[in-house]
Amino acid sequence: MWELIKANQRKSQILFVMMGLCLITLGYLIGSAYFGAAEGGLIGILLATILWLALSLVSYFAGSSIILSVSNAKEVTPEVHSQLFNVVEEMKIAAGLSKMPKVYIINAEAPNAFATGNSPENCAIAVTAGLLAKLNRDELQGVVAHEVSHITNRDIRFVTFAGVMIGAIVLISDLFLRGFFYSGGSSKRYNNKSSGGGQAQLIIFVFAILFAILAPILARLLYFAISRKREYLADASATRLTRYPEGLASALEKISQSSEELPTANKVTAPMYIINPLKRKGMKISDLTSTHPPISERIRILRSMAGNYNYQDYQKAYSNVKRTTAKIIPDSELAKVITHVPVASAITRSTPISAKAHQRNLGDIMMAVNNYSFIKCDCGLKMKIPPGFAKKEVICPKCGKMNHVISS
Amino acid sequence: MAFIIILLIIAVIVFYLISIYNSLIRLRNQVKNAWSQIDVQLKRRHDLIPNLIETVKGYMHHERETLESITNARSHAISAKTVTEKAGAESVLSEALGKFNLVVENYPDLKANQNFLALQEELTSTENRISFSRQSYNDQVLFYNNKIEMFPSNIIAGMFNFIKEVFFELENKTEREVPKVRF
Repeated sequence: MWELIKANQRKSQILFVMMGLCLITLGYLIGSAYFGAAEGGLIGILLATILWLALSLVSYFAGSSIILSVSNAKEVTPEVHSQLFNVVEEMKIAAGLSKMPKVYIINAEAPNAFATGNSPENCAIAVTAGLLAKLNRDELQGVVAHEVSHITNRDIRFVTFAGVMIGAIVLISDLFLRGFFYSGGSSKRYNNKSSGGGQAQLIIFVFAILFAILAPILARLLYFAISRKREYLADASATRLTRYPEGLASALEKISQSSEELPTANKVTAPMYIINPLKRKGMKISDLTSTHPPISERIRILRSMAGNYNYQDYQKAYSNVKRTTAKIIPDSELAKVITHVPVASAITRSTPISAKAHQRNLGDIMMAVNNYSFIKCDCGLKMKIPPGFAKKEVICPKCGKMNHVISS
Repeated sequence: MAFIIILLIIAVIVFYLISIYNSLIRLRNQVKNAWSQIDVQLKRRHDLIPNLIETVKGYMHHERETLESITNARSHAISAKTVTEKAGAESVLSEALGKFNLVVENYPDLKANQNFLALQEELTSTENRISFSRQSYNDQVLFYNNKIEMFPSNIIAGMFNFIKEVFFELENKTEREVPKVRF
């Protein structure tokens, strides 16, 4: 476990340094393009660094709460959905996390999930109501295991920070390019300051424009390459936790078959979800620019593990399906083979859910998230009481009996 | 000059040995921590059983034997002390609960009872927690034992008396399979 985390952290650091260099270069070029090579470059570097620091601080202290509120996720108590809480706690135990992650439900029909936070001690898992209604226990466990793996593999902070870095780079490039096109190359007034420097200044300007166009693309490509790899890695860790690759495979299958779009997801939060929440209509998904690996491939890899659960088995299945020799798991981790441990027990296989029951489940979960309370009448009818219901009693519409409202 | 080089080499070796010792300690603590997790979950199961028996008693008049075997297995499991004793008693209890889950299929009334369904989810989750904490404990024991056996950490382990830990195994090979119903 430790070697894997260390390798991951090393890669994150390299990425941060490279993105930081990208940002500083951008600041330097733009600064010297506008204010002259010597002092302008320094000002540019300074401004870029300050912007990056400020955004990093915000993302560190408020990143996950911003992401959760943007996604319209609500923190829930075990009473709302005890099975979800149980599954999260089971995975917490399996992964050896020291603290229970906070549990959030997103009020949306599209099945999806993500994890966020700064550290394994301070993190949250959010799932949509549609996911809870659609998946059985085993599948839910697979999804939660995938999210918990993002937490233990230290991916959650990486995603937030990388998002901030890319955001800063995009912002600066955008401002510069727009400013340039607005003023229509008004840079000439700076050129007059030094005689003979005109040509050098022009070259710097061309470089600045080129870099401003290229930097955001570069930063994104870098990020996506790593984030795709980490999705595979989280799948591998998830099967090690549950010792049951089929659970996650069939969950991914169900999720990919749904056609609903997640309205609260955006370009910044999309890489965090278990599958890409933004459905691209009529567009061919390019391998370079997608944040997630193709689901069909992830499912094929999991299925061809044939019920095995070691990192070795995942790596082998990955190489077979992808036809590459690329390593996604460090050698020191591959060497750790667990053979003697019996697989986890006592999973109840639930029967398939009918479409009607599915809709009812979904409605119940969404209402429970929104603090509705439920009263069961003696005749068997379940009544849903909205929060802030003023009366003390309610008449059952089916049998006419008066029922007391328990105020929460 | 030569003196300084020798001193440096010794310092490097000492630091290396210290890091091995520390990693052994870390692994041993992880084993201990994982074991306490199992204990917590076993206790949870023991606490859940009286509640379960109380709920189903009214429905299952013909299953006194099954219910009694669960109660007996529970009291044996509570009084067990060592790792191997516990593993034995707990696997008896697991088996009794497995039998109970099969018998429940014959009582449609019980399966419609909301209280029972909630309890069954708790029971399922508890069983899962036990196996996951056991899984995590066994993984930690494996890594710890490997470190004790492998060179060069085995030298340090021998010097400071690090002893290998025992796996927590439950003897039940059919756990993951779907139960077969015979007629």
